[in-house]
Amino acid sequence: MGIADITFYAFAITLLGAGFLVTIARNPVHSVLWLILTFLSAAGMFVLLGAEFMAMLLIIVYVGAVAVLFLFVVMMLDVNFAALRGEMARYFPLAAVVGIVLLMQMALLFGSWQEADGARALRQAPTPDMAEMHNTKALGMIIYDQYFLLFQVAGLILLVAMIGAIVLTLRHRKDVKRQDVVAQMHRDPAKAMELKDIKPGQGLG
Amino acid sequence: MNAFLDTGLGITLLIAAQSLLVVAFVMISLVFLVYADRKVWAAVQMRRGPNVVGPWGLLQTFADALKFVVKEVVIPAGVDRPVYFLAPLLSFILAMLAWAVIPFNDGWVLADINVAILFVFAIASLEVYGVIMGGWASNSKYAFLGSLRSAAQMISYEVSLGLIIIGVIISTGSMNFGNIVAAQDTGWGALGWYWLPHLPMVVLFFVSCLAETNRPPFDLPEAESELVAGFMVEYGSTPYLLFMAGEYIAIFLMCALITLLFFGGWLSPIPGLPDGFHWMFLKMAFFFFLFAMVKAIVPRYRYDQLMRIGWKVFLPLSLAWVVVISFLAKFEVLGGFWARWAIGG
Repeated sequence: MGIADITFYAFAITLLGAGFLVTIARNPVHSVLWLILTFLSAAGMFVLLGAEFMAMLLIIVYVGAVAVLFLFVVMMLDVNFAALRGEMARYFPLAAVVGIVLLMQMALLFGSWQEADGARALRQAPTPDMAEMHNTKALGMIIYDQYFLLFQVAGLILLVAMIGAIVLTLRHRKDVKRQDVVAQMHRDPAKAMELKDIKPGQGLG
Repeated sequence: MNAFLDTGLGITLLIAAQSLLVVAFVMISLVFLVYADRKVWAAVQMRRGPNVVGPWGLLQTFADALKFVVKEVVIPAGVDRPVYFLAPLLSFILAMLAWAVIPFNDGWVLADINVAILFVFAIASLEVYGVIMGGWASNSKYAFLGSLRSAAQMISYEVSLGLIIIGVIISTGSMNFGNIVAAQDTGWGALGWYWLPHLPMVVLFFVSCLAETNRPPFDLPEAESELVAGFMVEYGSTPYLLFMAGEYIAIFLMCALITLLFFGGWLSPIPGLPDGFHWMFLKMAFFFFLFAMVKAIVPRYRYDQLMRIGWKVFLPLSLAWVVVISFLAKFEVLGGFWARWAIGG
């Protein structure tokens, strides 16, 4: 067993263990932290596959941004999770049935798995031999040259989704004070201050 | 001896020794950077700064570190113990980890990987976890508020940092630091470096670095007048030391990043003089001096102003620059001033 194998098993075991702990951790914040460890192990496995660009993207996007938002939401939630835990026994049979059905479906799927001609070559296109081309360049060739149109369409769909989200949440509120930076920059002491000469013993009428 | 270095054990030992060398370099620099930071700050405010321990107070940081280490670890009631201790460890280890891909001279690098910039960027984006975990696990409202602020701030400025880096990557055609520095070696000395073609972005990058490392004027997570000490408020002794060390290492890393991306790394500024590690170190020290000066002379920003600058000024500017530089590089304007792919990979 070489270094690569040992590393693979280390990452795989960490990934599965952390993934399991995501579901059984009592504290939801701990769950998210275990989820982060799962992402990191997955990134390690990407590196082993020779997909270092994907690995870094996984860390930057999922761990560095998405999981932070998860953590934000979970930390702010004021829900009594201990009480929710108590109901686990009630829902367990239903959950078990769903889980078993899913497992069966996956078993059926993998049992009758057939590969199309050339599927393997396509799958390996982003990670060619290091001597030829490195992963980042190969991925760039595939996304920006070969599947340029699909990439653009995907970008367009994301843009539409983004605009939709903004439209749904945008409210113009008139009752809040807003900072007008330009107006603030153009204030000077003459306009902003007024000096008053107050006589002793008298207030400011 | 050379045969031994080719065996598995030999390579492992070699890598361990090299890592130790880098760690030693960073730690020793760190000690004197903290001292330099305080001295610069003191000089601006016409104070003397640390001047008692050792000659000119040079050993002050050692004394401080020793003080932190021998202090009792006080654990507040109600903290989440594993996360509470994990947070300072994370922020220290992650800050150290990114140095693995930073080259100090031509070929002087621990891990010469293709996606080196992305690696540094990924590690920098992980550093926010030390802050969030510390703030949450402390079970204190000040700490929690500090960590929320910090997380929002670090995520906001990461976006513009990433976009600015994309400009440099477009110019070079490679994400490897060695190639990026090689692309700046034009024979023109300091005029050939990327700061000239990427001039507006150098300023933005520097300011974003300040925000990303929670340095003044963007040190809102620990704004002492509002939040006591932010996410570090419940920490003392060694865990606090780790937080502080992590922060300074991250700052020094940003200095190295600015040096490598925009100021030619180990290249000599005057054509003819030999390149070398000393240039890299001098440039890093100079940028640290700038960081210290900013801390001394700029008042702290308000939180909403910080967010406004990040999202409404820096993000559009850096995004527009990516578009502009793509055109400039594609059409090789000014004889390939922005396009130096011949050198990159």
